[in-house]
Amino acid sequence: MHRLPRSSPPPAQSACSPKLHAMDRVFRRGGTALAKLVAMSTSNAPAEDRGGPAQPLLILKDLKKHFPIKGGIFGATVATVRAVDGVSFDVHKGETLGIVGESGCGKSTTARLLMRLLDPDAGEMVFDGEGVGQHSQTGGMPLKEYRRQVQMVFQDSYASLNPRLPIEDTLAFAPKVHGVSDAEARARARDMLAAVGLAPGIYARRYPHELSGGQRQRVNIARALALQPRLVLLDEPVSALDKSVEAQVLNLLVDLKEKFGLTYVFISHDLNVVQYISDRVLVMYLGQVVEMGPVEAIYDNPTHPYTQALLASRPSMDPTKRRTEPPLTGDPPNPINPPSGCRFRTRCPHAEGVCEAKVPVAADLGGGHLAACHMASPGSGHSLARRLAA
Amino acid sequence: MNAIMEKQPIATGTVTAKPLVTMRDVGVKFVTRDRTVHAVNGVDIDLAAGEVLCILGESGSGKSVTMRALMRLLPRFAQVTGRIEVAGRDVVAMTEPELQEFRGGDVAMIFQEPMTALDPVFTVGRQIAEAVERHEGVSRQAGMARALELLELVQIPSAKRRLEAYPHELSGGLRQRAMIAVALACKPKLLLADEPTTALDATVQIQVLLLLRKLQEQLGMGVIFVTHDLGVAGEIADRVAVMYAGKVVEEGPVGALMGGPLHPYPRGLLGATVHGNMRGQRLTTIPGAPPSLETLPKACAFAPRCTEVEAICETAIPEPRSPVPGRMARCFKV
Repeated sequence: MHRLPRSSPPPAQSACSPKLHAMDRVFRRGGTALAKLVAMSTSNAPAEDRGGPAQPLLILKDLKKHFPIKGGIFGATVATVRAVDGVSFDVHKGETLGIVGESGCGKSTTARLLMRLLDPDAGEMVFDGEGVGQHSQTGGMPLKEYRRQVQMVFQDSYASLNPRLPIEDTLAFAPKVHGVSDAEARARARDMLAAVGLAPGIYARRYPHELSGGQRQRVNIARALALQPRLVLLDEPVSALDKSVEAQVLNLLVDLKEKFGLTYVFISHDLNVVQYISDRVLVMYLGQVVEMGPVEAIYDNPTHPYTQALLASRPSMDPTKRRTEPPLTGDPPNPINPPSGCRFRTRCPHAEGVCEAKVPVAADLGGGHLAACHMASPGSGHSLARRLAA
Repeated sequence: MNAIMEKQPIATGTVTAKPLVTMRDVGVKFVTRDRTVHAVNGVDIDLAAGEVLCILGESGSGKSVTMRALMRLLPRFAQVTGRIEVAGRDVVAMTEPELQEFRGGDVAMIFQEPMTALDPVFTVGRQIAEAVERHEGVSRQAGMARALELLELVQIPSAKRRLEAYPHELSGGLRQRAMIAVALACKPKLLLADEPTTALDATVQIQVLLLLRKLQEQLGMGVIFVTHDLGVAGEIADRVAVMYAGKVVEEGPVGALMGGPLHPYPRGLLGATVHGNMRGQRLTTIPGAPPSLETLPKACAFAPRCTEVEAICETAIPEPRSPVPGRMARCFKV
């Protein structure tokens, strides 16, 4: 409760026994991330487009998040995890931006920065022309307003729902915090349930443990949409689901996007799913963006050696086309002490001296296709650079 | 490394008439005070020596329970029925000392999560050497020497140094390799792999899959590989058995099965799996969810979700049919 504003309505089950109430308070203290998500903001009309269609919905500039590792008897910082280290990209209105990468590449930290569940150490975020986290009098957008327009769906469908609330109450909770009346919030919750394909008459009063994994993920999607956001962050939303259920949820996401005019940022390690759902794709490696571009350019013409290896690592569905050599050896390095220069050089088959000495800058390959590799930028000093550039 | 190769009798060329694994009408029932769950209902599986069989299925289909029944790793309240034979020995009738010899000696298993399967307080080398010492009665020194050979066999770089490493000091891929080394320590005839690559990253998953396939060919082991990922099955399997609601609904050679499944369930699964360039296409889905297994299915368990359902599907359990030699499907429409 302590993170919610004083004016917020009492929780739905305040009539319960004092013991239950105390437990609920404990739960909510633990769930500050979720409380932050729904907290604050008074208006509840859908937000209007301000910057026009050409203005990117979200611009990230040189975002950084480093986590210090404390050690020793005095708790000094002994190392730093460079989880996100200088990430810049735009999210255009109405598109689906896919983010792929292996574990430890910083894709989930990026999502939490986008949601402002973590504060970036450096960098700038601009949402529809307004600086995020700046005061509205200086032309910025306060966080409370930002969080109403940006919502998130997490991978673990069970952990992200309150086990003690019927799902109708979960869905109505955020709108009520934002000043919607109880009756209207419940009506909206039932509409949202119907929109995600769960019959409100059957499911509205059920608890999360009474639902299957696929149904719970539908509830999470409904919860994210209950505030009528413009941008939805999907952090591995189908990774924990079985294949037949995964297809149902992917179809649902495509439908909802069209119906509500949403913009998605879709984070996944599954390259096939990202290819299916995304308009543009961003490939991350050790806290940095290595390649970015339209989905066809990335999948048909991958330029960065890491993207090439990642795509070649997909198991083929055809047993006659089995591969014999792995495209890459070794595991992704630890982000605590990333290699100098190009971070991929330790696993790259084309690494040369220049890769160790210089950090590659993103080379523009046309059509919005960027690759941060010395081989892609002419005149970088790499022996293969000119040939690729020509 | 070479010593291991030589000691191992080459089984690939000498496939005997007797299969390595025979499971007949195996059923597993979990009985507790509150309820009974019929996790596996009549599974028949044959595996020849040196063959790789993938058991494919969604969560709750009984694939992992089948594997654990094969190794008698299920808890006491699980009631196992049917016949299970491995290398001509009756697993169901084994006594506890016999089982201890059997597990790790004839059959070894690798798991999805290497961090929980390995002991965090012993070094990797110790854990491998322990298995060798226990089963072959060799000295501690000889055990460690074998551990080094095994780490080299599973292609762990700077193996000598890694012998002294604790599991938490290794990366996910190396940890999984170390677990494979433990499993191979006593040259098992049969390797059971329960989703060993599911927790790994894409670039590491393919490395481990290729390693497993190479080791399987070198050592001539039979492998039963449980997975939910069609792509993984396509990469490693010789034959595939698809499980649904505790039964094998279709079985056949990997190419034929992935090219054109006979049963509507694997057909639906194949359509629902995103692969290649499917942008803009609507994914075909299997409506509904798998049945609860608290009551034994009295008809085709897939009938409520099947698009081609007929009257007979809801009244009788389909018997296995084999329209093509080597392929089997439990469906009335085959």
